[in-house]
Amino acid sequence: MTEEIHDVRLQVNGASHSVQVPARRLLSDALRHDCGLTGTHVGCEHGVCGSCTVLLDGRPVRSCLMFAVSAQDADITTVEGLADEDDVLSPVQQAFSDCHGLQCGFCTPGFLTTITAGLRDNPDPTEDEARDMIAGNLCRCTGYQNIVSSVLRAAEITRERA
Amino acid sequence: MTTKLFGTKVPRVEDQRFLRGRGRYADDVLVGQRVLHAAVLRSPHAHARILDIDVSGVLDVEGVHAVWTHEDLAGPMAEPLPLLIPHPALVHGRTQFALAKDEVNYVGEAIAFVVAEDRYVAEDAVGRIRVDYDYLPPVVGIPAARAATALVHEDVPGNIGARLEQENGDAHAAIASAPHTLSLDLTVERSACQPLEGRGTVARWDPDIDRMTVWTSTQTSTGVRGCVAVKLGLDLGQVDVITPDVGGGFGVKINHPWPEELLVPMAARALGVPVKYTEDRREHFISSAHERGQVHHVEVGYDDEGRILGLDVEFWHDHGAYSPYGLIVPIITSTQLLGPYKPANYRVVFESLFTNTVMVTPYRGAGRPQGCFVMERTMDAIAAALGKDRTEVRSANFIQPDEFPFDQGLIFQDGRELEYDSGDYPALLEKLKTLVGWDEFPAFREEMAAQGRRVGIGLACYVEGTGVGPYEGAHVHIETSGKVKVATGLTTQGQGHQTAFAQIVADALGVPFDRVEVVTGDTRRMPYAVGTFASRAAVMSGSAIHLAALRAREKVLRIAADALEADEADLEIVDGVVRVKGTESQLDLGTVAVISNPLRYAFDEASKAATQFSVGDPGKPPVAEDDEPGLEGKDFYSPERSTFASGMHAVIVETDPETAEITILKYAVVHDCGHLINPMIVEGQIHGGVAQGVGGALYERMVYDESGQLLNASFMDFLMPYVTEVPRGIDIDHLETPSPLNPLGIKGAGEAGVIPSAAVFAAAIEDAEGITITAMPISPSELFALRGQKETP
Repeated sequence: MTEEIHDVRLQVNGASHSVQVPARRLLSDALRHDCGLTGTHVGCEHGVCGSCTVLLDGRPVRSCLMFAVSAQDADITTVEGLADEDDVLSPVQQAFSDCHGLQCGFCTPGFLTTITAGLRDNPDPTEDEARDMIAGNLCRCTGYQNIVSSVLRAAEITRERA
Repeated sequence: MTTKLFGTKVPRVEDQRFLRGRGRYADDVLVGQRVLHAAVLRSPHAHARILDIDVSGVLDVEGVHAVWTHEDLAGPMAEPLPLLIPHPALVHGRTQFALAKDEVNYVGEAIAFVVAEDRYVAEDAVGRIRVDYDYLPPVVGIPAARAATALVHEDVPGNIGARLEQENGDAHAAIASAPHTLSLDLTVERSACQPLEGRGTVARWDPDIDRMTVWTSTQTSTGVRGCVAVKLGLDLGQVDVITPDVGGGFGVKINHPWPEELLVPMAARALGVPVKYTEDRREHFISSAHERGQVHHVEVGYDDEGRILGLDVEFWHDHGAYSPYGLIVPIITSTQLLGPYKPANYRVVFESLFTNTVMVTPYRGAGRPQGCFVMERTMDAIAAALGKDRTEVRSANFIQPDEFPFDQGLIFQDGRELEYDSGDYPALLEKLKTLVGWDEFPAFREEMAAQGRRVGIGLACYVEGTGVGPYEGAHVHIETSGKVKVATGLTTQGQGHQTAFAQIVADALGVPFDRVEVVTGDTRRMPYAVGTFASRAAVMSGSAIHLAALRAREKVLRIAADALEADEADLEIVDGVVRVKGTESQLDLGTVAVISNPLRYAFDEASKAATQFSVGDPGKPPVAEDDEPGLEGKDFYSPERSTFASGMHAVIVETDPETAEITILKYAVVHDCGHLINPMIVEGQIHGGVAQGVGGALYERMVYDESGQLLNASFMDFLMPYVTEVPRGIDIDHLETPSPLNPLGIKGAGEAGVIPSAAVFAAAIEDAEGITITAMPISPSELFALRGQKETP
């Protein structure tokens, strides 16, 4: 039994990665194990926890629910791509640091990518909207209190930096 | 003057790597290098005899390297896994094999271990293994275990692993002669830790130096190290265990060794290639430990004030198929049930029962949530029977501030007396009443009732023994660069140890915070350690680190006094510089480190200054007889007994009169963990505990069917709270009653948030509905059913 291998080009954080993968290889596994970008975490492999969320052409998607071969030529942003070229934390990342929005850090990449997209669509969320923005991601450490604060703080930092 | 960092909200240093995606968790280790991947065949049956295992189809799968079943294991690997915490009362302790031998006792038990080029192929191969079973009757749930019509282990009569009784006074006599009595039956269901990262282990055998390196997502690296050495027939000195970043623990990762923690290093040595195993979510549900399932019966006698004269508690603990962690959970329930109260007479007896379900080891709170539920339900029942305010009944039973140290007359989980060191429970209650608005609640209830809304309030109090022994240690090394490298052996799963411990060192040594670097859970750096559990890290390692830093400081001052020709008493260390007070005379710590280590060879400018020809008194040996080279401090902290933190929670809930949906309107926490090292981190711990408690009280349960299948083994069906389920804001107030048992006056805080949840929600729902709540968790449909029972008695 030999699996057919596909050549796939993944555009991740502005860099091109050529990977050779079987059709069934999940995007999350390709990012982590083939591209070496281990910042994307896998918490459930059934699309519920949101830890593996990446931005695909700007939209948050669960990379554990997608095959790598389906991501050919898409523009992918992972947590490693959120800080700027000088490694300065993005507003969302900085807000998590300011507000103690993370503890073990495992779910964090999924929150960061989700909120990055959320604030792009709604740069000035109310607290209710901030809660809605993160309502599809699981965190077992923080009780979400400081993550909600982080969303609001990130909006503030974005305005401060503008 | 260096600003004191202890007690301040220093931002966490570990966040810098986590936020950039540069954390290093077990599954990230060796990415980019050649690693083989393992998958496990797990039992689909809760109870069966294994007649035959046919692996013949496995090696035909391209990319498969090896498969192991029990008959391939040799020596200690073929023996049962260790029973970690033996207890004289655990007369029938049982542990599983790394791979099942002859029999399986729960759905999920490991049967075969396959190693292949990648996980996909390894799972393909697992699917080709054929096992013939002879089915045995499964024992599921406490009633079935007690009935004992079937046995989990045929040589364990009645399914009873242990029976333990403790008594202080004469509870039966006190109840018999009490003016009032009550009896209650109270149930708490199974749940589980469910960290977002499951278990994971990577191992590399280095044949050039005969050495094994294991990275594992554990709460005890030294524990795993000991097990790997014994099971693989290696000397301890040949095994290094490194705990990488850990994506949450909450108790489940303190149990060890998990089968894979042995099978992975075994395979790595056998195959000569590093091997990795990463648990998936379904595996976590069916093969990692659960907790909480207990049934309790209470008899209580009390006086007109609600003072408990006699309390008799009997309970049954479901410890699943095996008992590797001994009796820790039920012992904690049986002792910590007492909380802040002093019943005049107390007797408790429990039976720890085997069932054909996933084994039970501590989950955050570790038996305390059940104990708190039992005691607080009893307090509420007494108040209801007497028509008294619930806070009055509690006040009548509190240990008073002038009664510390207070001996409860029982033996705690660490084998020491259950003696509370300090606390102020009346003050906590006053703070809680203010914070939640206890006295204003009746008016609020009326206001809501006028709108057709139904609300209720509840409170619950607890005491938590934290910082159990036996010890932790720390090593502090001041390098010639002036950097301070700190190592402690216990592990970190998100508690911010790198920050909190660095705060302690910066204060003790007088160095800038950013020069301190803390490593935890690496046996190469600190081989003597116990682990992270029982809210012990801050107390144990925090104290050890403080003591080790003071030792390093002593040496700094001794060397600097000599070099500066000053009296030690005239020296101070500020911002990493030793100064003679009030003068310009000074040395930075890096230079002191240079002087501390006389060298023969100059490899850089600093070492050139330290050659034996340039430092020290030529009339004396370069290293004095009672000294050693280097600027280091090492110390251990080993307390007599645990230190007892305390707290009280209150919640206001609204229940929908039609749908029975339960909504949280307000959640208040008062908490006393002694001095706070970093209030931001402590509050984060409380937030997380409360959310986990909400899950445990209202949503999460393990749904087993009668055949022992776990029906909700996914995040789609096991309802962990999202942000939409947790309180909108948690009001927190602290009381700081220092512990007299450790140098920093600290108590543990990690588990506090989760302990009173079942109790406090039961109380509030009962208050809203006027229906007695005796079993948790409770769902809207269960509440709806209870309403129906009330209407049609």
